Amino acid sequence: MIMSEVIAMQEPEEKTISEKIMLDIRNLTKIYPVRGGDYTVLENLQLNILKEEFISIIGHSGCGKSTLLTMIAGLNCISGGQILLDGIPITKPGPDRGVVFQSPSLFPWMTAMENVLLGVEQVFPHATKNDRINICKYYLDKVGLENAFHKKASELSQGMQQRVGIARAFALKPKILLLDEPFGMLDSLTRAELQNVLLEVWNKEKITAIMITHDVDESIFLADRVIMMTSGPKAQIGDVLKIPFERPRIRKEVIEHSDYYHYRRHLINFLEH
Amino acid sequence: MKAVAIKFLNITGMRWGIPLVKLFSGEQVLQQLKEIGKTIVAPILAIIGFLLIWSFFASQITTSLGRLPGPVAVWQQAQSLWQEHLVERKKADEFYARQEDRNAKRRAENPGAKISTVEFTGKPTYIDQIITSLKTVFMGFTIASLIALPIGVICGLSKTVMKAFNPLIQIFKPVSPLAWLPIVTMIVSAVYVTNNGFFAKSFIISAITVSLCSLWATLINTALGVSSVNIDYINVAKVLQLSPTKKTFKILLPATLPLIFTGLRISLGVGWMVLIASEMLAQNPGLGKFIWDEFQNGSSHSLARIMVAVFTIGIIGFILDRVMVELQKLVSFEKASL
Ligand SMILES: Nc1ncnc2c1ncn2[C@@H]1O[C@H](COP(=O)(O)OP(=O)(O)OP(=O)(O)O)[C@@H](O)[C@H]1O
Ligand SMILES: [Mg+2]
Repeated sequence: MIMSEVIAMQEPEEKTISEKIMLDIRNLTKIYPVRGGDYTVLENLQLNILKEEFISIIGHSGCGKSTLLTMIAGLNCISGGQILLDGIPITKPGPDRGVVFQSPSLFPWMTAMENVLLGVEQVFPHATKNDRINICKYYLDKVGLENAFHKKASELSQGMQQRVGIARAFALKPKILLLDEPFGMLDSLTRAELQNVLLEVWNKEKITAIMITHDVDESIFLADRVIMMTSGPKAQIGDVLKIPFERPRIRKEVIEHSDYYHYRRHLINFLEH
Repeated sequence: MKAVAIKFLNITGMRWGIPLVKLFSGEQVLQQLKEIGKTIVAPILAIIGFLLIWSFFASQITTSLGRLPGPVAVWQQAQSLWQEHLVERKKADEFYARQEDRNAKRRAENPGAKISTVEFTGKPTYIDQIITSLKTVFMGFTIASLIALPIGVICGLSKTVMKAFNPLIQIFKPVSPLAWLPIVTMIVSAVYVTNNGFFAKSFIISAITVSLCSLWATLINTALGVSSVNIDYINVAKVLQLSPTKKTFKILLPATLPLIFTGLRISLGVGWMVLIASEMLAQNPGLGKFIWDEFQNGSSHSLARIMVAVFTIGIIGFILDRVMVELQKLVSFEKASL
């Protein structure tokens, strides 16, 4: 009697929340079979990500961040638990999850345009050729490559290649963006530039995004919430930090905000334990 | 002008000419002279040394066919082979001119007359034999590639297929053309029975033998290339849910192309090498038969002529290799490779 009352009271609120959830990770476990037994990287990991949310994940090297991301992408099999994307369990990779890898992984024998087009053709099979090209142009333009449409990917600098990678992921119009240290290989100037590019495009599209990073400042500047993972084995979510800065964000304002160093210290404290 | 010259030298594999071009344009004279010493003078000295040692030993050794020919004798034979070729060509031209004359006259007398043209049947010259050899090796190489590429791709795609084929590949790879030839001869004789087919029987036998020996390098390299394509590329293909055909032609093959060309290059080299042996035995009218005939012939010029053939084989092999390297550069997408 009392139980049912409680449930009845909770129900309306729960419904609105579940409608807002884009990614629902439940009891996620990952076990790698290795020599001399099994290695449990993640155990019973729980995480909800709301629609239009930008999440950064930080954690020590080897704790299982990439493992988590590749499982969401469907490129790595799930040992236990479930991942629901917009309510549907993930079983295999698909273009509804745009992935940006650490190395740009463009096809070097294709031009920037062809690299983006390859995905656009898959996602919009019924669009006319012209429409598809316009989609590619739009995103390449947005990431600042308006002069490099027809350059071979192998002729582009690392930073430019990663711009194409970002354009390629956004052009798929995915439900969620998965970025695994996309700027890890870039120098700090290019990195800051690309953070701006990413935020600019993201502000327009508001695609739910998960980004792994090692850089505390990057995680604060970009994210609505920073997820901190405990060190493995059996890693879990250790702590979550909300970053309520207004959007669109301007780097200077963020850095000079009175709370910035508070957040920064919080993250560094976590990492140093 | 300078840039064009340098590019030409680069492509033809005559990189040693580059410092010369730079020297004439007055660029860093001292450094170019040093470079010339290394890349031009040293090889020339080596060649002169080789010729000297060769002439010395040639004058010491007497074979049943007379004195072992030295560089001069070989050079003379090279020239005389060229002369014979020109003479034979002239004969052919005259023959065709006479025939054309005759036919024209006959047509003038009687417009409805049946006019037959006859092929000139002189004996093949050295140049004809080189051309036959080239045709044979390309035929064999094409057959080998047509077999090796698809099987290589399939082996690269599936570990099971690879494991299945591997023992066969390992067993057949080291077999010499001399061992294949009798089998190929018997099979071709049994299967290819027409007497006036488009290809001569000996041509087909040599070509198939060449392919049997040369297809392995392409097969192995293709399989290796396809199975070791960057895992990120495969992941992108998975994320985009590319169809198997699209994945193969848009991603796997382009990614593997450099390795495929490495395989093709080795295959062509092997093919050219085994061609001579199989032509000798199959009596295909190419360089191999030329050597064999000269050997059987046993005239005083024979050894010198065989040596001309040795140099011809070496130089053509080198040119074929250069061509493959350049093709490989064209398809290779990594700027710094090679
Ligand atoms: N295929 C695999 N087989 C066995 N163990 C693996 C495999 N992939 C990853 N691991 C192990 O799982 C752990 C987590 O790896 P993961 O790549 O997810 O870490 P990460 O947090 O992304 O590290 P980094 O920050 O260095 O990228 C590591 O200890 C790694 O050695
Ligand atoms: Mg990682």
